[in-house]
Parts: sequence; C-alpha cells; structure tokens
Amino acid sequence: MIPELGHFSLIIALCLAMVLGVLPILGAARNNQVFMGFARPLAYGQLLFVGLAFSALAHAFMSNDFSVLYVAQHSNSQLPGQYRFAAIWGGHEGSLLLWALFLSVWTAAVAVFSRHLPEEMVARVLGVMGLISVGFILFMLFTSSPFERLLPAAADGRDLNPLLQDPGLVIHPPMLYMGYVGFSVAYAFAISALLGGKLDATWARWSRPWTTVAWVFMTIGIGLGSGWAYYELGWGGWWFWDPVENASFMPWLLGTALIHSLAVTEKRGAFKSWTVLLAIAAFSLSLLGTFLVRSGVLTSVHSFAADPKRGIFILSFLVLVIGASLLLFAWRAPKVGLGGKFDMLSRESLLLSNNVLLSVASASVFIGTLYPLFMDALGYGKLSVGPPYFEAVFVPLMLPMVFMMGLGPLARWKKMAVPDLAQRVKWAFASALVLALLLPLLMGKFLSLESNKWSPMIVLGLLMAFWIIATLFVGLRQRLAGSGSLMTRIRKQSLSYYGMQLAHLGVAFFIVGVTLVKGYETERDVRMNVGDTVAAGGYEFRFNGVTESEGPNYIAGVGHVTVSHDGKIVGELTPEKRQYNVSGMPLTEAAIQTGVFRDLYVSLGEAIPESDGAWAVRVYIKPFIDWIWAGCFLMALGGILAVSDRRYRIHKKPVAKVDSPVVSIQASVPVLPEGAAS
Amino acid sequence: MKPRQKRALYIVVAIIAVGLAVGLVLNALKDNVSLYFTPTQVFNNEAPQGHNFRIGGLVEEGSIQREKDGLTVHFMITDLKRKLPVVYKGILPDLFKEGKGVVAQGKMEADGVMHASEVLAKHDENYMPPEAADALKRAGADNAISSVPAIK
Repeated sequence: MIPELGHFSLIIALCLAMVLGVLPILGAARNNQVFMGFARPLAYGQLLFVGLAFSALAHAFMSNDFSVLYVAQHSNSQLPGQYRFAAIWGGHEGSLLLWALFLSVWTAAVAVFSRHLPEEMVARVLGVMGLISVGFILFMLFTSSPFERLLPAAADGRDLNPLLQDPGLVIHPPMLYMGYVGFSVAYAFAISALLGGKLDATWARWSRPWTTVAWVFMTIGIGLGSGWAYYELGWGGWWFWDPVENASFMPWLLGTALIHSLAVTEKRGAFKSWTVLLAIAAFSLSLLGTFLVRSGVLTSVHSFAADPKRGIFILSFLVLVIGASLLLFAWRAPKVGLGGKFDMLSRESLLLSNNVLLSVASASVFIGTLYPLFMDALGYGKLSVGPPYFEAVFVPLMLPMVFMMGLGPLARWKKMAVPDLAQRVKWAFASALVLALLLPLLMGKFLSLESNKWSPMIVLGLLMAFWIIATLFVGLRQRLAGSGSLMTRIRKQSLSYYGMQLAHLGVAFFIVGVTLVKGYETERDVRMNVGDTVAAGGYEFRFNGVTESEGPNYIAGVGHVTVSHDGKIVGELTPEKRQYNVSGMPLTEAAIQTGVFRDLYVSLGEAIPESDGAWAVRVYIKPFIDWIWAGCFLMALGGILAVSDRRYRIHKKPVAKVDSPVVSIQASVPVLPEGAAS
Repeated sequence: MKPRQKRALYIVVAIIAVGLAVGLVLNALKDNVSLYFTPTQVFNNEAPQGHNFRIGGLVEEGSIQREKDGLTVHFMITDLKRKLPVVYKGILPDLFKEGKGVVAQGKMEADGVMHASEVLAKHDENYMPPEAADALKRAGADNAISSVPAIK
C-alpha cells in the first residue's frame, strides 16, 4: 500500500510541477500578480509530495519490503540499517528520485530565501525549475519508477553491491547530486534574466550565492568520491579519469569558471553574455553527466541501443534544454550590451583568460570521455582513451591558469600597467622558484627514501603551489596595509575576500598533494610468507598471517601487518579480504594509517595456493596524499565563507514595480573600492 | 591602438589559443588511444606489433598458472575460437576468475605472449566487460554468452 501511495504522491508532484512551470512564467509575462503569487505555494507543495514519495521508498527499504522490485534488487535483510537507507540511491531509479527530491529542495529554498527579489524574477526562476522538475518526474514515471512491484515477492533481496557498502558512499552521491541539481538554480536565474530581458549586475548578485553553494556541494562530493576510490578500490589511486568521474568533473570545471565570471558581472557589469552561456553550459553538463552515468551508454553503446527508452528520453530532454536555452540566448543576447570596458591587462582580462582555460579543460575532458562512444557508435571499433591523454592535456592547460590565478587578485580592475604588476609580484615569484628548486633536495631525507629524487615535474608542481601561496601573502599584505591596529584591519576585510584566498590556498594544497604523491610514492607488490618482512620507503612491514572473522553480512580474511620505522613499531594494519554472503562477491578492504606527511597503505591480493599461509600483499607509501583532500576541503570552506558574507544578507527593499519593460539599471552597479585597497 | 585593431588582436590571440588546445588534444589522443582486438583478430595478425592494445574475452578454464614468486600469472584469454597467452605480474583484481570476462591491456612481444600492463575485471559478478562480450559475439559464440555472465 505504501509504495502505491509513494507512486501516487509522485503523480501529484508532477501535476504541481506542471502548473509551476506554466502559470508563474505566464504571470510574469502578463504582469499578473495572482499567477505569479502561485509560484511559492506550488514550490512548497512540490517539495511536500516528492518528499512523501521519497519517504515511501525509504519505508520500503527500512521495512525490507521485497515485494518492491527496486528494493529486492538493491537490498537484503542482512544489510545493516544505515546501508539499507543508503541503498535508496544505490541504483538507477532511486538516484533519480533523490535527484527530484533535491530539485524540489532547491526550488523551495529559492522560494524561502528570495523575499527581497522582484516578484516576476521569483516567478520566472521557480517556473523554470518547475519545468526541469516536470522532465525528471516524467522520466521516472514513464521509464524508471522505483515503486514497481515484484509479484510474487522475493523471499530476500539481491543485496547492495559490496563496493557501495561504505560510509563514504552513504554521503558521496547526495553531496554530488546537491551540486548537480544546484546548478539548475544558476541556470534558472540565467534563463529568467533572458526571459525578462534584464541582464545586469543585480541578476549576477542574486545568482552568485546559489551558484557558490552548488559548487561547494559539488567540490565536497567529488572529493568524497575520490577518497572513496582511494580506500575502497584497493589499489591506492585517487583519480582514474573514469567516464563516471569525468561526468562530475566537467560541470565542476565550468562551475568554477561560472563563479568567477559571475563575480566580474556583478562588480563590473562585464562578460554578461559569457556568464549566461556558462550557466547554461554548466547545467547542461550536469544533465549530460546524469545521462552518461544513468543510461548505460558507458557500459556499451549497444546495450543502450538494445533498451533505448531511458537513453532516448534523457537525450531528448538534454536536446530540449540545451536547444531551447540557446535559442532564447540567440534571441535575447544581442540586446544585452557589452558592459564595462577593460584593458589588455586588468583583473577582468586575467579572469577571462582563466575562464577560457577552464572551459577548454572541460572541453578536453569531454572529448576524451565521449570520443570512444562516438567511434563505437559510428562503427569504427572499440577503443579506450587512457589517463595519459588526460594528463597530457590537463597539465599544460593548468600551468598558465595557476600563473594567472596568482596575478588575478593582485591586478586592478579595468587597467593595470605591466611593470606595475611585475613590480608587485617579483619577490613572490623569486621566492617560490627558489623554494621549488631546493625543496626536492631535502625531500628524500624527509621522507626517508633511499635517494633524493629531483625531477622537473616535481619542481614545476611545487613552483605552482608556492606561487599561489606567495602571491596570496602579497595580496594580504596589500590589503592589510594602512593605519590602525592590525586586528581591526584584519576584521575589516570582507568574508568573501577571505573565502577567495582560502579557496585559492586549497588549490595550492591540492597541487602539493598531487605533485608529491606522484613524485615520491613507493609501491610494492610482494609475496609474503607468515613472518616475512618487506622494506618500503624507510618503513618495514611484517606479515603475521591471516585470520578468519565474520561481519554482519560477510566473512573476511583479516591480514595482520606490523609496521615499524627505525626499529620502533608505528602501527598494526589489518587489511581484509571479504566475501559477501548474498552476492558471493569478493572485496578487498585496504588498511590505511593516515598521517599529515604520508599514508601507509596495505591491501591483500590473493592467498597463494600450495603454500603455508602465504599471500600476495600490496604495500604502498603515499606521501602527502591527504593534502589532496585537504585542498578540496579548503576550497569548499572558502566557498562557504564567501556565501556567508554579510552583503548577501542585507537587502534593500525591491524598487517599486516598473510597468514598462525594465530598463537595464546599469547605473546602480555597486562599484566596490576594490582597486582602492591597494 | 584603435578599438578595431584591438578587437583584431583579441581574435588572433583567441584563434592561436584554440589552435594550441586542439593541437594538444589531437597529439595526446594519437598517443594514448588503445584499440581493442579480439583473440581471433590477434591470431590473424591484425593487432599492432610493439604497440599497446586491448584484448577482451574469457579467462580460459584451467589456464591460470602462477610462477614461484606468487605474483607472475600466466593465463589464456579466449573468445571460444582462438586463444591468446597472457602474462601479468602483480595483483589481479578481485573479480578475476576462470571462466569469467576479462580485458587486458599490453603489448605483444616476440615470444607470442601478450605482456599485460593492466588487467580489468569490472564492478560486479553479473557484469561482463563490454569488450569481452563483443569478442564472444564476434567469434560466433552467442550461445556461450548467455550462459557465461551467469545470472545466479
């Protein structure tokens, strides 16, 4: 009964979304207050009914209702409670429901936090989000309802894929989806601005906090996914350039470009058309990501063709969204105007260059991900594009980007003389270069490697990281110069300024992590008898054999490995080899001792037949790898600081309604004394 | 500079940048795409010598042999028509099993053995790597394919 109620709630939500997608937009066009007034209540109603549908599915999972097909496919009565809940988004249908739920959450959030916006803007934004919601709920009802019954009911479920039975995977998809769906807000704002013909700085200011919050979720989501891959997949990599990962990385890159170009649009009124295009593209890539991961097209183009209903639906939806937005853009954009002018070298030009680089990077990931699909679909045979492709394209693009990222915050808006800027950063560059050249000479001793390793790639990576940090200091010094006590001057700076600096520091941390783990990691695959030791990177690993143990829904062989350094015991690691009862699937659970400067990583390969308890064992030393995720965390934290800036919280009452088509209010662009601070 | 000259300059810079990016992408694609072959194709000498490629099929029953070091593994990849010997040193993925689908990437050496640098056997029990499924299909072993991925 409850699953049917869930299904029914979804249908009601669809009806509400349809009305939400039509009435308020119509009302905004005709200046009909009553129609526009419907937007908020409909948004809350939609959230209520999608929420009810989600609760119904959650109830089916928690009560082990195996008469629901989706539950029977993804859960099992032995499955611990928290994973039973997480299993809701363990498959296609449930993840879509989660998508729809988040979309209604974002819609309702816009309805709540937009009291200060003009009524027709709110009506249009909520209307556009309602239309997106129609698409997703229709998709669910027509092709992939999670409430379908299985008759007769299964005695027990098929269990959740063991790889997904992990705390990381409980929170990773929701975070990522919050990000994906969050870009729909930026998209809806851009479309509404186009519809209203009012693309100006106020639009950018309204859209900014939403975009940043979506970007924060996405950053955390991708970081968590990478961390999960590192400890769960059992071979110590943190990024594989797998199509599923790329699907989330492409919108992230464009989202990063978007938050920067929104800043320019808000402060200088420039890049307006470009910003709108980015907002459309970022959301389109979010949809494409969903399409890639969810349609089965990655597994095989042919399996997609064999059961094309889902794929065709998403593809048509994608074409509709992109096509309609671009058409609207082509129609409206010529009226937008160019906005503030700027010189060859200025903060605008640096930000624009980085925007272009980020977009090109995103495009190159796009090509690498979709090229094999196109070739296969066109019958040119199967091929795969390996990680070296992505590295070969990515590193050269990131090099100028990081260089300009250091300069950007130091340059003035509008116009900057080259010698002036060079003067400001010369010491920063010199010190970064010296440190980058010297540090690798000490690294060998610090990480107790057999020999020092000095390679151009390591120097380059460190140079990039130190350059960011050094320019960050230069910027802080400029900002905090002046009279009065240091404390008051520190307090006087805006939170969004600190947020920006923190996020950039995060990039530096990230680069340090990537560079050092790539340059100095030690990997050993060895056969170990009980009592054998192996030395790696100054540590000694002693294998004490494997014992049996039993988990809630699996049995495991638990390896015991003692690690010592200079004769002192550092820790005991217990990697596991699990065999899940229901699916029969084996799973390697690595044991990791994390540290600020290095991770010790041990995982079990397989038992060696015809031996006395010997195993193939994988032993890794991963220097500085946690800095990668610390970097992601700092970036996200920077974003959070930026949106908590008080200027987003103080709102002037909206200007009295204008009857004629609104004239661009360029004059009221808040020109902050940005350059004056120097 | 006059505004017109300035715009021309912007356009030239943009074209150079895009050109560089395209060049970068094409160059990287050229070196890092590995084509995929079936065991039958390799038998017919269609696979490149001394260049990386991928091969898909099943691990032949009873073909797995380990050397004394416990890490070097020899096995056969078959499309049920032709088979190809493969050697790999390292730890194999959890789902690598006799009779199951597998994809190996590596080079053919003069000894007629494929030296694999990477062995993939993906995600879950019921899943068959698409290349492996394709190899079986092309070798005309369609009947085998329905029995092999074995839905329990």
